[in-house]
Amino acid sequence: MLVGHSTWKFNQQPAIISTGVVGGPFEANGKIANDFDLLHEDLWLEQDSFEQAQQKMLEEAAEIAMDKAQISKGQIEFFIGGDLINQITPTTFAAKTIGVPYLGLFSACATSVESLALAASIIDNNGANHILTGTASHNAAAERQFRYPTEYGGQKPPTAQWTVTGSGCALVGKSETGPIITSATIGKVIDMGLTDPFNMGGAMAPAAVDTIIRHLHDLKVDVSHYDLIITGDLGKIGHEASFDLLVEQNIGIKKEQYLDCGLLIYNDEQPVHSGGSGTACSAVVTYGHILNRMKNGELKRVLFVATGSLHSPMSVQQKETIPCIAHAVSIEYKAGDVT
Amino acid sequence: MIFFWAFVIGGIICVIGQLMFDIFKLSPAHTLTTLVVSGAILDGLGLYEPLINFAGAGATVPITSFGNSLVHGAIQEAEAHGLIGVITGIFEVTSAGISAAIIFGVIASFIFKPKG
Amino acid sequence: MTNKKKKLNPKAQHYQAIQKKNETKRPIFTNCLKAFFVGGFVCFIGQLISTFYIYFFDFTEQTAGNPTVATLIIITMFLTGFGVYDHIGQFAGAGTAVPVTGFANAVISSAIEHRTEGYILGVGTNMLKLAGPVIVYGVFSAFIIALIKTIFSQFLGS
Repeated sequence: MLVGHSTWKFNQQPAIISTGVVGGPFEANGKIANDFDLLHEDLWLEQDSFEQAQQKMLEEAAEIAMDKAQISKGQIEFFIGGDLINQITPTTFAAKTIGVPYLGLFSACATSVESLALAASIIDNNGANHILTGTASHNAAAERQFRYPTEYGGQKPPTAQWTVTGSGCALVGKSETGPIITSATIGKVIDMGLTDPFNMGGAMAPAAVDTIIRHLHDLKVDVSHYDLIITGDLGKIGHEASFDLLVEQNIGIKKEQYLDCGLLIYNDEQPVHSGGSGTACSAVVTYGHILNRMKNGELKRVLFVATGSLHSPMSVQQKETIPCIAHAVSIEYKAGDVT
Repeated sequence: MIFFWAFVIGGIICVIGQLMFDIFKLSPAHTLTTLVVSGAILDGLGLYEPLINFAGAGATVPITSFGNSLVHGAIQEAEAHGLIGVITGIFEVTSAGISAAIIFGVIASFIFKPKG
Repeated sequence: MTNKKKKLNPKAQHYQAIQKKNETKRPIFTNCLKAFFVGGFVCFIGQLISTFYIYFFDFTEQTAGNPTVATLIIITMFLTGFGVYDHIGQFAGAGTAVPVTGFANAVISSAIEHRTEGYILGVGTNMLKLAGPVIVYGVFSAFIIALIKTIFSQFLGS
């Protein structure tokens, strides 16, 4: 049901009935390693290319999510997902393996929430019973897609971010319990004229703020409605810049209720510069760490805002600015419902 | 003494490169291209050769020496064979750097996989 | 750049000011210090190799440059192949980018990276994608400079 200008409110309780979270070796040394279902020691995953390794992780995450919910491929109507690599081929090949009807998406690092929002909406409108959503990214595959060969000795500035190697899948279906997806807000493309591809957090921050403000406005709720507002991969700079913008809006947001996935995933000693990024960043942190905290009763209502920077290496070379987007879904976990 | 000056002059050329990265926000490709062209211009003005005599590897190891030796080869050939030498002589002196990079690049691609 | 700034609407200008305030500054002084010492050290090694060739083989000060460069490139191949050069590069910045080892690293890292697309279209096509501009504009500027110099010395001078 449309509420306000760009928010869907779901009445039929579409919920995340299970998740699968896979990570690479670098993530295994991070802060939230315990929240992963599967961690790999080898960056290659014994595949021939980094792109295939990424595909493999997505397949594994999907498998884990299906196993946990004890739902077979035959019971899943659609798979919705996407990634960062050329024409989203790793997701497409994974979809071939999974073998269910597939909708491919591109919203860069906002793909996780975009697919979750669409899945919830389709289920809410009785378009399906179970939808698998997911995304994956691979540090080395993203490096060579967007930056330099992985062994190239270029110096990254402190504003740069580290692409997460991993995959997060969420199986969406109807549920009385489980983390219920209550609403979703679709983002607009926001471009504040930033041009530095080594500072994507700074470019994406206004998109996150725009979506958060419109979400609260559409639903006519206060920021205190949420225990936590978590952004996808703004990193240190984007996190602080977006917090400053939110404070300017006078919505009464508190520092402790505003977090960023890119700042949660790695240890302070890891050389990730401004923080984590990549399509998998928001997916692994939310589907693993945050949902676990919700299940423990620490958090009840969470607004999950994934941010994406929609530039391409070509658009940057043609001196275009960096267009950004943020999509949001609200997730609720009703205390006492835990089975 | 040549060791000391090699260290200092080589270090200074690298600092110039670092300033181009950090202050002018140039990409590595822009920076290195600018340095190569600067090396060529310095040799055109007859300043690079004295620098090599003074600093040895401090002047021959940085990428600026590439520009210097390209110009050098061209002028050498031009003196021997006239104007056409400007074109035919360009790789005369520099060939070692480029051919070694290409040869060992191909060899590396046979034996190594990127570590990520 | 200044033209682009003028076209920004007030909202974007306001945000860019906030962003600028939060942006982590590049540690320019320490970066330069690291570049100086590492870059200087690479040249020092170059001088050692060059001296070695002069004393033990039949090279002169003038001709020792070529084998020195080739030796440094071999060392770079191993450092790049074993995945060490990118870490040194992150520390040293221009200190390892500006010496000829940086040029070699650009060629070799591209070659290794693109082997998944095959030896012809992957390695062959992409090998010079980072180092290409250096060769292209090095050659072109050398052509112009040598042309001017030759014209001056052969036709106008002497």
